[in-house]
Amino acid sequence: MIAARGITKQFGDFVALDDVTIEIPDGSLTALLGPSGSGKSTLLRIIAGLETPDRGVVEIHGRDQTHVPPQRREIGFVFQHYAAFKHMTVRDNVAFGLKIRKQPKARIDARVNELLEIVGLAGHQKRYPNQLSGGQRQRMALARALAVEPRVLLLDEPFGALDAKVRADLREWLRRLHDEVHVTTILVTHDQEEAMSIADRIAVMDHGRIEQVGHPRELYDRPANRFVMGFLGPVSEIGGRLVRPHDIVIELEPSPGAHEAQITRIVHLGFEVRVELALARRDGVFAQLTRDEAQQLEVSEGDIVWLRATNALVEAPDPA
Amino acid sequence: MTVSRPWQLTLRILALGWLLALLLAPVALIFYRTFEPGIGAVWDSITTPAAISAFWLTIEVSAIAVVVNTVLGVVMALALARGRWRGRWVLDAIIDLPFAISPVVVGLSLILVYGTTGWFGRDLADLGIRVIFSVPGIVLATVFVTLPFVVREVTPVLREVGDEQEQAAATLGASGWQTFWRITLPSIRWGIAYGVVLTTARAIGEFGAVSVVSGKVSGETETLTLLVEKRFANFDLAGAYAASALLAAIALLTLLIMTTFNRRREEA
Repeated sequence: MIAARGITKQFGDFVALDDVTIEIPDGSLTALLGPSGSGKSTLLRIIAGLETPDRGVVEIHGRDQTHVPPQRREIGFVFQHYAAFKHMTVRDNVAFGLKIRKQPKARIDARVNELLEIVGLAGHQKRYPNQLSGGQRQRMALARALAVEPRVLLLDEPFGALDAKVRADLREWLRRLHDEVHVTTILVTHDQEEAMSIADRIAVMDHGRIEQVGHPRELYDRPANRFVMGFLGPVSEIGGRLVRPHDIVIELEPSPGAHEAQITRIVHLGFEVRVELALARRDGVFAQLTRDEAQQLEVSEGDIVWLRATNALVEAPDPA
Repeated sequence: MTVSRPWQLTLRILALGWLLALLLAPVALIFYRTFEPGIGAVWDSITTPAAISAFWLTIEVSAIAVVVNTVLGVVMALALARGRWRGRWVLDAIIDLPFAISPVVVGLSLILVYGTTGWFGRDLADLGIRVIFSVPGIVLATVFVTLPFVVREVTPVLREVGDEQEQAAATLGASGWQTFWRITLPSIRWGIAYGVVLTTARAIGEFGAVSVVSGKVSGETETLTLLVEKRFANFDLAGAYAASALLAAIALLTLLIMTTFNRRREEA
């Protein structure tokens, strides 16, 4: 298990981390999810030893590592912008950690070949990083980090600099890789879809604090507060309660507990139909329906309807 | 900015004409005048004992200046680009001092410090070490005058490369020393090479500071630039031209190396 306990870190006046405690179980793939400036990267870098906390303790497998330099933490770190060794070939990049550990050449060659096979870069041994695409560079960086058989793999926005298609492919690929290699992994991301699709645990962070930790589904279905709910998916507010747009039922007749609204716009997004609504005091409310539901309802823009929430998650604070 | 065709031509001719008048013509003329009396005479005048001694002294002093300023320059560049210490700006400002101060003043201040009546001069003299009017003084003056080049070439390269590769090396187990040799040094090598070439060029051509501290003892503390000046002052024009041509040849060689480095740096 990796644990960070009571971590506080300030940069000048800015509080990057405010008494943060988190435990990462062995073999898990945990995502640190949050907006920029939430402290997620700083927490990762503190676990790696690239930053020193002002207060708090970092433990890896039960041993205090707070003052151990990154060289001796047995970690693998992957940077957003790859940090490829530009003057070295792909082979030398991946072999770097093994050469530092003075492994015999035959062993290094075998390990490098094996890893390049795993990351799909076999045959690119003699290329230089500037001859690779962004996705290939990041896979090389992953192979380089995995080569030394780290106890923990730390990924700092690893797909942030890649375009959408490559990002989705690499995400899938990373999940499968994790299922094969099973190294404890911490992934920093600001993309909730990325976190939901590959992590088995998510820690949502905001303003240097951890707001909630749990399984992706648990966080989506039972968010601890408004921030977590809003960060993990779209939110509509009806009658002082926060609701997922797909949990809104549109009715044509008034009934007790239903809220009156006018349809301002109907947007057809293929399978999904988005119904934008104007409530008495609220803007930006919309409901998500399937195409079939929308067809059966037979409503059009301008109609007055009544809304009912089937699953309100969080009570909205009173608008002051 | 778009410039019309006639204007483009005019600007080009102006720029080339300026270069020709200011640089190429005088240098070409030196070579012309040098070889006017015939190659044999030139050879004779650059192979006199004084000339040979001056040539080797220039090479020796430049070599020492290059080694010292490369090592210290890289250390200072690292301190400036990677350091997190307070007062970095002081170092940053001081480094440019040799550019700002006239070389003659540098020479005079060296005499004030190391001369026989200077701060350390007497103690050093008691130890049998002579700095002023001797080779160590020439080396000191040259090192001082050429100090900024490597630092000023390497610092921006270090900043541009960033420290992520160094951090990556650290997470892979490399010590600070290993990271420097395997990651940092290879990524700044063209910056260093360029700085070394500039340092060499400047060291070979240095006159002012060296002139003040050398004592100009022929065959002992006379560098090539000093030899040129002496011959010129003694109305030995042919000899001055020959020594100048030798200097210019070394300078052209460094320029050629520099251009090659620059090309490779841009390709890298």
